[in-house]
Amino acid sequence: MADLLRTPLYDLHVELGAKMVPFAGYEMPVQYPLGVMKEHTHTREKAGLFDVSHMGQVILRGESYDAAARAFERLVPVDVLGLGEGRQRYGLFLNEQGGILDDLMFANRGDHLFVVVNAACKAQDIANMKAALEPDIRVTPVEDRALLALQGPAAEAVLTELSPDAANMRFMDVRTIDLDGVEAWVSRSGYTGEDGYEISVPADQADQLARKLLAHDDVQAIGLGARDSLRLEAGLCLYGHDIDTDTLPVEAGLIWAIQKVRRSGGERSGGFPGGQQVLAQIADGAPRKRVGLRPDGRAPMREGVELFAEAEGGGVIGKITSGGFGPTVGGPVAMGYVPAELAAPGTTIYGELRGKRQPVTVTKLPFVAANFKR
Amino acid sequence: MKYTEEHEWLLEEGELIVVGITAFAAEQLGDVVFLELPDEGTEVSKDDEVVVIESVKAASDILAPLDGEIVEVNDALVATPGKVNEDPTGEAWFFKMKPSDLSPMDDYMDEAAYKDFIG
Repeated sequence: MADLLRTPLYDLHVELGAKMVPFAGYEMPVQYPLGVMKEHTHTREKAGLFDVSHMGQVILRGESYDAAARAFERLVPVDVLGLGEGRQRYGLFLNEQGGILDDLMFANRGDHLFVVVNAACKAQDIANMKAALEPDIRVTPVEDRALLALQGPAAEAVLTELSPDAANMRFMDVRTIDLDGVEAWVSRSGYTGEDGYEISVPADQADQLARKLLAHDDVQAIGLGARDSLRLEAGLCLYGHDIDTDTLPVEAGLIWAIQKVRRSGGERSGGFPGGQQVLAQIADGAPRKRVGLRPDGRAPMREGVELFAEAEGGGVIGKITSGGFGPTVGGPVAMGYVPAELAAPGTTIYGELRGKRQPVTVTKLPFVAANFKR
Repeated sequence: MKYTEEHEWLLEEGELIVVGITAFAAEQLGDVVFLELPDEGTEVSKDDEVVVIESVKAASDILAPLDGEIVEVNDALVATPGKVNEDPTGEAWFFKMKPSDLSPMDDYMDEAAYKDFIG
């Protein structure tokens, strides 16, 4: 696969028998010999280790955390200044129309901000941050560190064997921890709906740490296939699919990510790209909404499936933006956009599959309850 | 047993042909989660889409290998699609058909040719 980048764990993936595929410019493991279904179930029951080193890690440094936070608030509709030290939060980059350019996680690391962005968007995100924040704030991509995710109910016990500090963190805490001699920047968060950690480590020590974690009986290597079905069951958005530049935060169901202080009447209301449009949607509601969808029967409905209000006649009312089989749910699950008046859980709509309209029930997200250590 | 380029296996059973997919195809598909089988009694033409098979990754179609009639389908498989991965050439047969003409069977690959085909 020419011109594709490799993460520091490439050799390990190949050694484990992973099926490697191109993803966001990287050669990534889509599944291991265990297979997507068993990898998914293993993560829900024990612990899965994911290589997410393709994601972008970026440090923002100003005179102080507050200086970096105030500057960063010009780019995101989120309370950055009010985030406590050692805490992490979800954020969104917006364009001038309020459309979502990327979603991200950021942390207050005391004297700087640590940001994690999607692989496919990272070049653009970094360029945008540099253009908007420099020279007052230094924007430094972290290119010498890998990123691992250890997810699942056994994650705490597994990581605690390497450092007791792991057990002392709660959901969305961030710490620097010594994991058996490796300086790790650890957050208690992830993308599966399970308890777990994301672990940033020096690239040259990533392989050693991954092997140590995989040596634990409860840990299996998990590929992108199961990562996708896990996050779908958890109701989490996949950038470029469930959210993109054509979706605004409110219609995407991400209003919770915009704290009161940044909304109308808040102390630092607006002041981010697309502020007018986003605050208007908060006030007036959005004409459409992202919802969970459960197709009746067993046939999966995937991205692109058109949705209808009626079993016959009428035009397309929306589309599925993510969909597939949910191994924990034991049936097909999907997300998509529907008009606000059809967004109430329990509403029956129809998805067209192979020329036939099949009933789909609007369902509260997540499909599988989150299992965080709050 | 004969093989198609669509990775189906075809087994002559008296005047019937039993159709399934090969272990290679099952592995390529990944975990199978959904199957839609044709109705018994359906008349089909060669290359008609007769079975929909969905894995965790994608949907694909199984084509009728010959002209003829679908005389029996493996209904039990619909409730346990994972059998396609566990036993693709045994329990997980899809349907049996009565071909109107058996001669196209000669054009399909034998096992050695199929092994070459999948490399």
